[in-house]
Amino acid sequence: MVTTSPAPTAPALKRTPLHALHLEMDARMGPFAGYDMPIQYPLGVLKEHLHTRAAAGLFDVSHMGQVALRPRSGEIANVARALERLVPVDVLGLAPARQRYAFFTNVDGGMIDDLMIGHCGDHLVLVVNASRKDVDERHLSDALSDVCTVDVLDERALVALQGPAAESVLARIAPATASLRFMEMRSVPIASVKCLVSRSGYTGEDGFEISVPARDAEKLARILLEDKAVAFVGLGARDSLRMEAGLCLYGSDIDESTTPVEAALEWVMQTVRRRGGARAGNFPGADVVLQQLERGARRRRVGLKSRQRAPVRAGALLYADRSATESIGNVTSGGFGPSVAGPVAMGYVPSAFSAPNSLLFAEVRGNRLPVEVTTLPFVPHRYKRA
Amino acid sequence: MLKFTQEHEWVRVEGDVATVGITQHAQEQLGDLVFVELPDAGKPFEKGAPAAVVESVKAASDVYAPISGQVIEANQAIVADPTLVNSDPLGAGWFFKLKMANPSEVDELMDEAAYKEFIG
Repeated sequence: MVTTSPAPTAPALKRTPLHALHLEMDARMGPFAGYDMPIQYPLGVLKEHLHTRAAAGLFDVSHMGQVALRPRSGEIANVARALERLVPVDVLGLAPARQRYAFFTNVDGGMIDDLMIGHCGDHLVLVVNASRKDVDERHLSDALSDVCTVDVLDERALVALQGPAAESVLARIAPATASLRFMEMRSVPIASVKCLVSRSGYTGEDGFEISVPARDAEKLARILLEDKAVAFVGLGARDSLRMEAGLCLYGSDIDESTTPVEAALEWVMQTVRRRGGARAGNFPGADVVLQQLERGARRRRVGLKSRQRAPVRAGALLYADRSATESIGNVTSGGFGPSVAGPVAMGYVPSAFSAPNSLLFAEVRGNRLPVEVTTLPFVPHRYKRA
Repeated sequence: MLKFTQEHEWVRVEGDVATVGITQHAQEQLGDLVFVELPDAGKPFEKGAPAAVVESVKAASDVYAPISGQVIEANQAIVADPTLVNSDPLGAGWFFKLKMANPSEVDELMDEAAYKEFIG
């Protein structure tokens, strides 16, 4: 058997402000998007995953990009309106202290990145993927520099506290956070540190993302880890948690060649940006995306569940039957879901095969395993909406 | 007699039968196992050929035949409960038994002291 280890000649990896703490906690580190990141801690991926769903997991997501868009005019509506040139969502209608999921589209309707947009009163804060930080910064600067400044907030760290105990854990040290609802954000002092807290995350659980000055990140993490309900959770479990929640990983499930409609993300696009809406279109690839919204796309991202125990992983080809010679699609994310206690996967199939309960076959080590198209998520979301 | 491979399998030889499993070091590196696929009895393997698959939450890994031979038995207990490999890799977590085709291949494997040095 062969165990994996990072290539010894890998280029120098960047470190997050919590890097030393990860090493102190005996994390197994690995490269991710140019950063040396904790893949797992001694608890292990399986138990870290289950702990997050049962209590609370603390994730270092400081590798992600935090970008401030500040209006040159001082008028935030100008930034919001300008950002709508790049994303097919309603930014102008985003209320102060609210957050919204979005993606940058390209001229073909593909996705340059997926991101969060937060309204901070006098400016917007975006959270973008680590692997796309540079691309996004150029994209934003090219398109919006006339209207706003584009600042990558390298001096800030980002941690996520996720799970059913997250609210009570955070309320003990920052009572004001308990009243936040899903996708609301607030500037809150935690242990005398000015943090920007949003009720969001990428595990399907209730929880928070906390933007904190880099120099205070370790102090905040240590305070959170003092609580017995909290365990440090690495990227391994972050991946299995988001897969069970049916959430896309940029670069695997979505990329420049997948449109929002193909990716089953049309819910992200509010009616005001669709045909007939007050600010319809006027984003890159609008002709493609708006037409697909009305007529459907040729292929769709679907959930795939298996009755067998073998995990079906990214790259596995999908077939319409056991003997077909040509594949009809492929798995883009997949593995073992610890909370499902079985395989979970998602992938792209022709729309004709995208109805729930459609029977397909995934090729794993030369065997065609039956898989069934299923609605996502695999584990119900537990966001605090009310 | 317990022998080890550079791919982190162990081999216990009794007569012309070799029992094969993965080492303590290997199970630690893999983490909690969630799936094991074993070869059918009767299947022949050349030394070094992939013979079984282990999967953790994160990844799938091959387990190789440390020596040439024919499978005479596979441990279905680890298929039913892959965590046996984590809890008792050298005992209840064994993978399969081979009737050795060429017992002298055993001499090419590492003894325990050499393996310990190998993993550092």
